[in-house]
Amino acid sequence: MSNPTAPTDWKAPAMQKRIARRYAAERRFKALGLGAVLLSGFFLAFLLFVMVGNGARGFTYTHVAVPIDFKAMPLTIDAARLDDPDADQAIASAGLADIVAFAADEALGDGGSGLISENAWKEVRSEIKADPELLNGKSVFELPASSTIDIAAKEGAKGDLGARVDALKRDGRLSTGFHWPFFRNADATDPAVAGIWGALKGSVLTIFIAFLIAFPTGVLAALYLEEYAPRNRWTDLIEVSINNLAAVPSIIFGLLALAVFINWFGLCQASPLVGGLTLALMTMPVIVIASRNAIKSVPPSIRDAALGVGASPVQVVFHHVLPLALPGILTGTIIGMARALGETAPLLLVGMRAFIGDVPGGICSPSTVLPMQIFLWSDEVDRGFVEKTSAAIIVLLIVLLSMNALAIYLRNKFEKRW
Amino acid sequence: MSRGISTSLDANGFKTGRNPPVTFNAAVLLLLILGLALIGWLAGRARSAMLAGRSGSRLHSRPQYHGWYVALWLFAPAAIFLAIWSSVSPGLITNQVLTSPAAKSLPAFGFERSAILSDAREVAQGKAAKVRLPAAAPLVEPYETATHRYAWIGIAAMLALALAGGLYAFTRIRPDFRARTRVERIVMALLLLASLVAILTTFGIVLSLLFESLRFFSLVPVSELLFGTHWNPQSGAPVADTFGGIPLFWGTVLIGAVIAMIVAIPIGMMSAVYLTQYAAPTVRKWVKPCLEILAGVPTVVYGYFAALTVAPALRNFAVAIGIPNASTESALAAGIVMGVMIIPFVSSMADDSINAVPQAMRDGSLALGATPNETIRQVLIPAALPGVMGGILLAVSRAIGETMIVVMAAGLSANLTANPFASVTTVTAQIVKLLTGDQEFDSAKTLAAFALGLVLFLVTLLLNIVALRIVKKYREAYE
Repeated sequence: MSNPTAPTDWKAPAMQKRIARRYAAERRFKALGLGAVLLSGFFLAFLLFVMVGNGARGFTYTHVAVPIDFKAMPLTIDAARLDDPDADQAIASAGLADIVAFAADEALGDGGSGLISENAWKEVRSEIKADPELLNGKSVFELPASSTIDIAAKEGAKGDLGARVDALKRDGRLSTGFHWPFFRNADATDPAVAGIWGALKGSVLTIFIAFLIAFPTGVLAALYLEEYAPRNRWTDLIEVSINNLAAVPSIIFGLLALAVFINWFGLCQASPLVGGLTLALMTMPVIVIASRNAIKSVPPSIRDAALGVGASPVQVVFHHVLPLALPGILTGTIIGMARALGETAPLLLVGMRAFIGDVPGGICSPSTVLPMQIFLWSDEVDRGFVEKTSAAIIVLLIVLLSMNALAIYLRNKFEKRW
Repeated sequence: MSRGISTSLDANGFKTGRNPPVTFNAAVLLLLILGLALIGWLAGRARSAMLAGRSGSRLHSRPQYHGWYVALWLFAPAAIFLAIWSSVSPGLITNQVLTSPAAKSLPAFGFERSAILSDAREVAQGKAAKVRLPAAAPLVEPYETATHRYAWIGIAAMLALALAGGLYAFTRIRPDFRARTRVERIVMALLLLASLVAILTTFGIVLSLLFESLRFFSLVPVSELLFGTHWNPQSGAPVADTFGGIPLFWGTVLIGAVIAMIVAIPIGMMSAVYLTQYAAPTVRKWVKPCLEILAGVPTVVYGYFAALTVAPALRNFAVAIGIPNASTESALAAGIVMGVMIIPFVSSMADDSINAVPQAMRDGSLALGATPNETIRQVLIPAALPGVMGGILLAVSRAIGETMIVVMAAGLSANLTANPFASVTTVTAQIVKLLTGDQEFDSAKTLAAFALGLVLFLVTLLLNIVALRIVKKYREAYE
């Protein structure tokens, strides 16, 4: 500062060194930024890798070929009764389970019945019901293996178990294939028959209820606040409460639902109805905020033009503003619904964590949802459920990602830049 | 909903010999009046058009508004009646059953009485095939007659209301009748009603939390929950010194506000800086949605990931470097995974704030010869700091309210420890634990969950209000 007019000597070694240091800092900083982005990308990739790695095997299951000779071990049942509604009961009490266990012991050697799933006889039962002729002879059934054998066959095992599985493989008795019951069945304690269909249907019903309530309410509220609401203390209060509701932890909505819907109104516990109502309250603020942004982006000239040719304020909004804002509203709604679909915490509190072995029949029957099924299976001790859990996660992620992709597609296709 | 006036036909053979019960329920009735409303709509529209054609004068409102007017008069009163009737008729039916001679032998109070009544009701409505309790058998018949009777009263009254409303509206149709004004008034009322739902929800949350919490605080003093250091709730009567919330609050802060933020703030901020200042537009276009996928992954998936993969790895690491008390349910595992979940949130808030800094400040700094790095660190970030701070507060509020990750990965033992490899528990995890057991609803344990919920709600509310105020003030400064 002694001589402010002196020109800076850029060539001086001290200056050069300083510049080099500053540029190095610049490079370091940029690399740090890139590193942060890559690190988050790595987290995502690692998460997906672990889930797919674990879950891909969950879609398949190992079957053991077991010949059953019904001539040697007759199943005493009247063929005519097989068409009755209570045929399941009749076959069970005729002792099919014992026959299957005996056949497995005979075919697979000592302890053979332990190698197949305890529910394997139900598979035989449905095949018999489809084709009663099977009862008159000897035929080979592909029965689901027990979950220990299934894991050993897919991952390999050591010791006695490994030797046993290798022997079975050599005999050509083991086959691993795509496991349809995973998509057809509800929850069960046996990984061989546990499936996600019950949870999936519960999710669909729950989300349907949530959509039915949250979408109209949210859109109408947004229209009111954006188009008609006078600026006064009341509308301020509405606005503040919507903004705050959007940030309230989801578990608080669970407490609200427990206190109001279940203890006060006495609505059916653990049902898609209560779950849907809870999620509707949770998503409504999200839909309101997204809809308000979409409505805001419709230019005022549209409104002025409609008013100018004699439309009433209600006609302006419902004939012109709403259709133009709809793509944006739908995008926000789909994203909100995707969030609701992945939500677990509030539903834990309204009782949806119970074990439900049936596919829910209606909106008032007890049911579970897909994220809850994941949570329940993650607690199971049986190792067979580890891959089932990851498989269910893959299904959930695919559904959520396609919903989000649909939202992005809608936004890109229909969004207008005014 | 079906617990209203519903007696559905049973398909089993157990009730042969009896008259089939009246088969209707609220949903069917709703469809019925919707159908009637459609007819009313068509009729109103046609009549207004016809009147206009006959008198040759112009209609004040277009025909469909007359249609809507009739349809609304037909639908609304009947629907309101249906809602009220569905909620009162079970009580009326039970009252009538109780006056029947068969009800004399019922126990006077308590669980057994209601069990017998509900058993008989289920059989009468065809939901169950046969009674489970022998005492309920004589009550089935009175239940059936009562259900039958009130069902018919309900149907008749509802139809009468619908027809009366529809006829009233229908006769008012004239060419100069201002149907549109009236329909629009109803539409406006509907819009106002929809926006009131938000206020109702807020009040519902506050009141339900407050009400249950007050009941809890009548058993356990507020000061114990807020300042007690020992947490070990038991069912039954509250024992002294078991509802101290400090270990929970500490666990929540350790996981959500310390560990998660140590992960999320640097990574989120640096990602935002890189994406806004350095990355090419095409890179930004692809990387940003990928980051947002992280925010879209359900929390239960993160929880599973934390419990299955991260927690065991961290425990092995801790054991290897000789840390005592290393647990498979460590605070660190839950905190790190929660931080990863929060990254996109922090990143997008920082992104917004940095973008809101006027371009002139950035240009000025670069023009003076500062490198981009110096511009960002000495101009952009200080200028964007209030917005970033607001974003971080929102992120903290989200992290401490997060439930599934901590339920699955952080464990349930309430330890007051600063060792991140030890197990701690959080407010949300304890709420879930307290409410998913088998205890009755009024025990101190379940009420404690609501008190914890109230604390959580107030803290997140405070964080949100402060954060939004900071963000808003900051935006105004540059606008």
